Amino acid sequence: MVLWLLILIPILAAPLAWMGQQWSRNAPRWIAIGTLSVDCLLTLLLLSQDHSVQTSGHGSWLVESHSSWIPRWGISLHLGLDGLSVILILLTAFIGLLAIGASWTEIQSRVGFFHCNVLLALGGVIGVFLAIDLFLFFFFWELMLVPMYLLIAIWGHAHRRYASFKFFLFTQAGSLLMLVAIIALALLHQHATGRPSFDYADLMELTVTHGMAWWLMLAFLIGFVVKLGAPPFHSWLPDTYTEAPTGASIILAGILAKTGAYGLLRFTIPLFPGVMSEFAPLVMGLGTVGILYGAVLACCQTDIKRLVAYSSISHMGFFLLGAFAGTELALQGAVMQLVAHGLSTGALFMLAGALQERFQTRDMRQMGGLWGMTPRLATMALFFACASLGLPGLANFIGEFLVLFGSYSAQPVLTILASLGMVMAAIYSLGMMQRTFFGQQRETRIAPDLSNTAFGTLLLIAVLQIWLGLYPKTVLITTKPVMNMLVQPVVASPNLTHQPSESVSSSTIFTSQVSAP
Amino acid sequence: MILQDFVALSPILNLGAFSLVTMLAIAFRRHHARIAVFAFMSCLLTLATLPWAATATPRAVTALLVVDGHALLYMGLVLSATMVVIALSYRYLTVQFHEHEGVEEYYLLLLLATFGGLVLTVAAHFVSFFLGLELLGLSLCSLIGYLRTRRHPLEAAVKYLLLSIAASAFLLFGMALLYFESGSMTFRGVGAIVKQAQDVPGLWLGGFVLVLVGVALKLGLAPFHMWIPDVYQGAPTPITAYIATVSKGALVALLLRLATDVGALELPPLVHLFSLLAVASMVTGNALALLQQNVKRLLAYSSITHFGYVLVALLAGGPAAAEAVTFYVIVYCAMTLGAFGVVTVYSSEGGEKDCVEDYQGLFWTRPWLAAMLALSLLSLAGIPVTAGFIGKFYAIAAGVDAGLWWLVLTLIGNSVVSLYYYLRLIVTLFGEETTPATVPQGQQAQAGEATSWTAVFSLGLVASIIVLLGVYPEPLIQLIRESVSNLLMVTAQRP
Repeated sequence: MVLWLLILIPILAAPLAWMGQQWSRNAPRWIAIGTLSVDCLLTLLLLSQDHSVQTSGHGSWLVESHSSWIPRWGISLHLGLDGLSVILILLTAFIGLLAIGASWTEIQSRVGFFHCNVLLALGGVIGVFLAIDLFLFFFFWELMLVPMYLLIAIWGHAHRRYASFKFFLFTQAGSLLMLVAIIALALLHQHATGRPSFDYADLMELTVTHGMAWWLMLAFLIGFVVKLGAPPFHSWLPDTYTEAPTGASIILAGILAKTGAYGLLRFTIPLFPGVMSEFAPLVMGLGTVGILYGAVLACCQTDIKRLVAYSSISHMGFFLLGAFAGTELALQGAVMQLVAHGLSTGALFMLAGALQERFQTRDMRQMGGLWGMTPRLATMALFFACASLGLPGLANFIGEFLVLFGSYSAQPVLTILASLGMVMAAIYSLGMMQRTFFGQQRETRIAPDLSNTAFGTLLLIAVLQIWLGLYPKTVLITTKPVMNMLVQPVVASPNLTHQPSESVSSSTIFTSQVSAP
Repeated sequence: MILQDFVALSPILNLGAFSLVTMLAIAFRRHHARIAVFAFMSCLLTLATLPWAATATPRAVTALLVVDGHALLYMGLVLSATMVVIALSYRYLTVQFHEHEGVEEYYLLLLLATFGGLVLTVAAHFVSFFLGLELLGLSLCSLIGYLRTRRHPLEAAVKYLLLSIAASAFLLFGMALLYFESGSMTFRGVGAIVKQAQDVPGLWLGGFVLVLVGVALKLGLAPFHMWIPDVYQGAPTPITAYIATVSKGALVALLLRLATDVGALELPPLVHLFSLLAVASMVTGNALALLQQNVKRLLAYSSITHFGYVLVALLAGGPAAAEAVTFYVIVYCAMTLGAFGVVTVYSSEGGEKDCVEDYQGLFWTRPWLAAMLALSLLSLAGIPVTAGFIGKFYAIAAGVDAGLWWLVLTLIGNSVVSLYYYLRLIVTLFGEETTPATVPQGQQAQAGEATSWTAVFSLGLVASIIVLLGVYPEPLIQLIRESVSNLLMVTAQRP
């Protein structure tokens, strides 16, 4: 029941936020903030109360809720929470708060409807992270799409119409392919057992023929990778991230991309262990291409939001590399990368939004020398640029380092190529700083520095970044059981004689290693 | 035994009697509101006889008609849709007509058309099929041209008349050939010859294809879709909604029975023909809708596409297909009524509002109306929380189950493309408001009038059905499953 609360609180608060517009301009904002704070606290409560978080996994859930929905198709309202979902829901609520904070001054028209859409989208995202019935999962997966589309189409920048269409069509095409695969899975279950089922546990036990599994995995992969924005399915991403209003950009990069990543970890990898070995090099190659392609294009952008968007493609490449490497180390790194990227990119989009609000442009050629005028903004930008380039001591470093470390044994060549991405990250991140805040001052207008609230929010993210950079165990220990479970099918599939002690020992090594700095 | 026959036929007898009474009432005294309420009540009372009739079903009444769960379900659909259309029509007609111009016959014709639709749902014989179709077609023809002082409705009426004639010609010739080969006019009798013989006689096949062409013409499947956009655009908007829902719904009921009884989907050539029609409808409808600037034409093309989807579900064959088709058609009727209902209500405030520009920024001035249209469009696009998603889910599931991978992939590709034009309309709803200066003086004055409560009520009902079916479809699924099992059972029982 508490899981339903997590989903329903934002969804039910959404119309309230809309109506709140009548009372005062800030009422919708406060309603949204209150709602997300409640969600945040509720998740923290779940995390802290249940100490079994460290031992769960292996298909068992910390908290579970199950009731029948459409028995004709074997569809049930089945929610489950484990270490991975807890972390991502926390991230969702936090990034949501950030997005609302970032649009505090930017969104001045139709405030109520804006926050209504934000809450609806976030409710859908939380549902995605909780649903373990594939139909229900798809339901939430699509639920977040329409509010997101409206956010871009109504409050976006100059080319919002084009960007919002592209966003919707790309993601919908991927989703529908996935829907076919989901239905095919359920029907295969019907052929095998006589009743269709969309339940995660049922489908995990299903044995699918090799050829069928190949096609189904491909469909799942495309559906999720589109959301993640890996080449060659990325072309919507720069346009959408750039044209969306700041708040929506933060949600898109910080949370929506993570739903794709979550789908890969939760469904694609465990459902088709048989063809995993065929797909792993392909997807890791895709990840590497994404890392290098995103980084190269980020280097030559003049639009600051576009730069962050391409850097986002590059960072998500690291996730793909790690998620399919098949080692626990790399998987842990991939999850860490999700959290770190959510925080750093969210902050960078917030800063880009702040710059645009002050100077009515995103073109870095028209900026320069802003350090003197807006020292707070510049300091924060420097900090998050460093986070983005993977400075040791910050969260992104842990993620990328673990991914590279864990993937080397699987694909040495790709890993070496991928590490070049970190070098290029330094080039584009510092290049951005150089062109925007250093050098000759071109802008003569006087612009205010960051407000206290914005500065405080960014400081909070910075603290989180440092915390996770120095003590990543907070995240790693929570997701460890899930990652453990993910590694097993990969290890087990070639030879069935699988020793659990091996994976445990490797994980203890890496936790001691990682927690050392 | 005879009594049981009457019980089974009671919905049709009931509506027939009410049509007569309506005609007499009009002859006795003309009064718009009274006749409208009377027509509405006729449908409501007929609807109320359905549970009673269900006690006597499944039952074959003479060789012509079969009343079973399948027929009763579609009767319910047809009658409910008619009631919504009547509720939407009242205000529209008061605005479009001057007093003492004689609007009352409109409702009489509507009842007669619905009567024809009911006959189609129970038809198990080519004669009853033809009678029902002609009754529906002729009444519709007069309804389309009912605004007889305007140019577009008249043009549309003539087009529909020509189409009807062409369809009837195909149909009659096809029936003649079928009769020549099989010596029977009942669906099962026609099908029996195919089930016995090793190879299908060429003339039989030709005859069946001609019948299919006739049905495809009426359903507006590509490449027989030419009339659809013009008629949709020219007809009074409530009638457009009626053609899209009642007329097509009844025909699908008939097509399902025909295909099941004849066993058409076991013949490879016919399966190929159906596949071809499905692909052509999906692709043509979408391609032509992409650049439409007229809302009614856009919805017309989208309806062609949707019936392509229905055919994909139908091709899956067996009870699963009948279930999917029925679910899709019910859902389609709800969302189409929603979309056209908004156009009707908006047009009832002076002047036809059928250009996309008319809807610019509607959400900020008329939030409920725009939200209703957005909901219907999202449902047509198949986005979850709306009924359209479950419908699409059903169509895909039926296709995947039968292994029709290419058709399913075509369906998916097309529903992505179709998103483009639905989104275009939705984004217009949420666009910047047009400046009031562009609105002519006369229209502005009329726009002040409140929307009639009947329209509000019926649109609210449609909206709640769309959402309810999208969130909790299980009761309807159970109902459909029972009726489908009926469809297969009765055909086995009949003498």
